Amino acid sequence: MSGAYDVVIGLEVHAQLLTRSKMFCGCSTVFGAPPNTQTCPVCQGMPGTLPVINRRAVEFGIKTSLAIHCTVNADNRFARKHYYYPDMPKNYQISQYEEPLAEHGHLDIEVDGAARRIGIERLHLEEDVGKLIHEGSLETAQSSQVDFNRAGVPLMEIVSKPDIRTSEEAGAYLRGLRAIVVYLGVCDGNMEEGSMRCDANISLKRVGAIPLGTKVEVKNMNSFRNVQHALEYEMKRQGRALDAGERIVQETRLWDPDKGQTVSMRSKEFAHDYRYFPEPDLPPLNVGARWIEAVRVTLPELPAARRARFMRAHALTAYDADLLTGSRALADYFEAAVAQCGKPKAAANWILNELLRELPGDDERAVAACAISPGKLAGLITLIEDGTISGKIAKDVFEKMYRSGEDARTIVSREGLTQVADAGALGAVVDGVLAEHAKVVEDYKAGKKAALAFLVGQVMKATVGKASPGVVNSLLAEKLSKL
Amino acid sequence: MLTDLTIHELGARFRLGDATPTQAAREYLARIAALDPKVKAYLTVTGEAALARAAEADARFKSGASLGPLDGVPLGVKDVFCTRGVRTTCGSKILEGFVPPYDATVVARLVRAGAVILGKLNMDEFAMGSSTENSAYFTTRNPWDLSRVPGGSSGGSAAAVAADLAAATLGTDTGGSIRQPAAFCGNVGLKPTYGRVSRFGLVAFASSLDQVGPFAKDVLDAALMLQAIAGHDPLDSTSAAIPVPDYAAELSRGVQGLRVGIPAEYFIEGLDAEVEAAVRAAIETLKGLGAKTESVSLPHTEYGLAAYYLIAPAECSSNLARYDGVKYGLRVPGARDLIDMYSRTRGAGFGAEVKRRVMLGTYALSAGYYDAYYGKAQKVRTLVQRDFQRAFERVDVIVAPTTPSAAFKMGEKEDPLSMYLNDVFTIPVNLAGLPGLSVPAGFTKAGLPIGLQVIGKAFDEATLLRTAKAYEAATTWRERKPGLTA
Ligand SMILES: [Zn+2]
Repeated sequence: MSGAYDVVIGLEVHAQLLTRSKMFCGCSTVFGAPPNTQTCPVCQGMPGTLPVINRRAVEFGIKTSLAIHCTVNADNRFARKHYYYPDMPKNYQISQYEEPLAEHGHLDIEVDGAARRIGIERLHLEEDVGKLIHEGSLETAQSSQVDFNRAGVPLMEIVSKPDIRTSEEAGAYLRGLRAIVVYLGVCDGNMEEGSMRCDANISLKRVGAIPLGTKVEVKNMNSFRNVQHALEYEMKRQGRALDAGERIVQETRLWDPDKGQTVSMRSKEFAHDYRYFPEPDLPPLNVGARWIEAVRVTLPELPAARRARFMRAHALTAYDADLLTGSRALADYFEAAVAQCGKPKAAANWILNELLRELPGDDERAVAACAISPGKLAGLITLIEDGTISGKIAKDVFEKMYRSGEDARTIVSREGLTQVADAGALGAVVDGVLAEHAKVVEDYKAGKKAALAFLVGQVMKATVGKASPGVVNSLLAEKLSKL
Repeated sequence: MLTDLTIHELGARFRLGDATPTQAAREYLARIAALDPKVKAYLTVTGEAALARAAEADARFKSGASLGPLDGVPLGVKDVFCTRGVRTTCGSKILEGFVPPYDATVVARLVRAGAVILGKLNMDEFAMGSSTENSAYFTTRNPWDLSRVPGGSSGGSAAAVAADLAAATLGTDTGGSIRQPAAFCGNVGLKPTYGRVSRFGLVAFASSLDQVGPFAKDVLDAALMLQAIAGHDPLDSTSAAIPVPDYAAELSRGVQGLRVGIPAEYFIEGLDAEVEAAVRAAIETLKGLGAKTESVSLPHTEYGLAAYYLIAPAECSSNLARYDGVKYGLRVPGARDLIDMYSRTRGAGFGAEVKRRVMLGTYALSAGYYDAYYGKAQKVRTLVQRDFQRAFERVDVIVAPTTPSAAFKMGEKEDPLSMYLNDVFTIPVNLAGLPGLSVPAGFTKAGLPIGLQVIGKAFDEATLLRTAKAYEAATTWRERKPGLTA
């Protein structure tokens, strides 16, 4: 791409709300049940059935709106969005249109140390659709079946302003949003299972050009990485096209993660006329100040605030604080461990280096269910800090703790892993090692300082790692100088 | 004959032990077998289930544990209501074979009150029509003259009551579909305030206008029926949480001092002279009973019809989108692809009137036309509502003709527009969400019933019923019966 282009990106994020029941009926929302076992006449859109708004879903919507600084509309209402598709029981989706739950918010992000504020257009509630199961591929399927388990599951759609300029910003915005909804407990943030989905609008225009570029919508991106890749691909594609003097077609494109490219799905000529109109089966939803205030007091400390506090109170680096507050469970874990051992830096290191390596993904539930409780990790850290075990031994102890769930002290005392710091006892071992490696001692004396590390290693080996490295170092230095 | 009796008369017999619910059910089923081939009110007769329910009611009366005024009373419901385990067609081919696994709330309430449901009554397809000629199955006849229509869309429900094929029935009224057939068939038909009765399980035509109500042989029966079905339903968010008064107790209060409004806009050119004369005489009767009349103005009446024929089709195009051959009801085989399956199924499943309105509504809601049509119609609706609000600052009820003429002949109104004009006096009430009632107010020279419409304030059905009751008590129209023989 030769020319310089301004990139304009807007994101539409769908988040599935963690309510027990669906948006407009009492059916369960649990993921993965056998097809059509979580349906009723209402969510199947059977004749005569009527929707009833899930109060909890509205509450979750308000909660999120407040967290992203939106104004909650006192009077908002649902509308019908019409299009025909077999996975949609009524052939219209109940969504919000002209009067959404909330509008005019923002989310602050940071990319490469620079802070940016991304505007949020609106937040609205709607119901999900079902799922089609084709026998074979879509093109050749002899039959297709519909699973309505998902139909009617509550979704929240958060639409950003076209304020995003780079794929990195898009990624930061998504991570920020995800952290918030997960913190609030309103969404599990799992993109792979589809509880968070993202569509992007992207357009390019030559720097300084007045008219806006033609907008292309990209759908079907089910991970943060996909979103960034898809946006980068589109920027290049559109840039090349503009360089070549081509016109960008307004269309919807799908991201194909296998091919690493976007493919055209439908052009504007086939765009739907959704024929929105106010849902007559639901009276306007009144969200009064009292309701909003009742929700506001339940807001937890949000990721950005917590991150700042971690840096301030625990002297963590921005990087560590960022990682720790990326997940509420992780941040909670960190705080609990610090409360018991008083060593924030050590706790952060153990969590970020060791714990996260063991945990499957960055799953919130895995953190909470982890065999090493924050108290146990604190116990381990205390053993290191008071010199009972060495850092190296501690790593083995950690792995044993992770597998057995036992606490550090139990493992250390059973396996006799207590650090040997007694100069008398270690002196004999050091003498033995020096005698055994006369050649290395020669090298050391000849100025090869690296030889010292070898000798330390030999002492550690001889003591199965239990020797206090500090004591060994000083003993070796002392004895070598005398030789 | 038990089939001659009203609900309250029948109930009195049951309580005295002079008759049993089983006897009543058997008599009704026998009369249906004998006469319904002529009237054609029923789409589905559920004789076996009815006798089983009746036997349960027998036991309750025997043990002295009767459930109330509807216990053991044989009733019919329009086929627009979902009935668990009983096919529900809504008068359409597209719902062929559809057996709902749930009862409409109103049906459930009738059943809970001990009523014996005899079956499902014929109607215009998806409640669209004013004659029941739009039923996909057959046309119901007017019991007063079998060559004439019973009105619509609840024609089956009205004809069944007129022909004593049910003690009372339920219908729905979107633009007059209870009041107009009640007027044509000479019974009492009540459309309650929007929100007074749950719409859950009522197959939707136009959600913001549809309301459920009874057809009855007299006003007291209508009050008893309303009592049984009214009240908030958690399954219907538009049903109002407003207390339901004791309607039967309100009936005896008379009309002394009641302020009755007469809208000039309802006595227009095109109003049949016999109908006008009957309605004016009824007004005189009310005056004679102590009511004070006053003329009121409802200036936006003339735009009501046009607004209605945008709003109702718009909502219908949306509500009927779900009938696509994917999930239940009809699916026409042999489709090449999905769109072809939709087109074939909907093409074959819907009748001409339904298609006409779906297309009208789709157009009215489409991008670029929304404001000009649907949006404008909603504004007119607000103006119609304000007309009534202003009028009701001065009067307690409004009386007017129910229909411009008495029942017309089958096939007489082929032009849809002339058919739509039939609802010109009933539609504004639906647009405003108000209660309206039609009570028999005389007969034409040809022996056809004429209806008097009483319109009330929102949630003030009690005043409508008491006005109608006072009028009914002062007249003898109720005594006349259609001369039907098997
Ligand atoms: Zn459901």
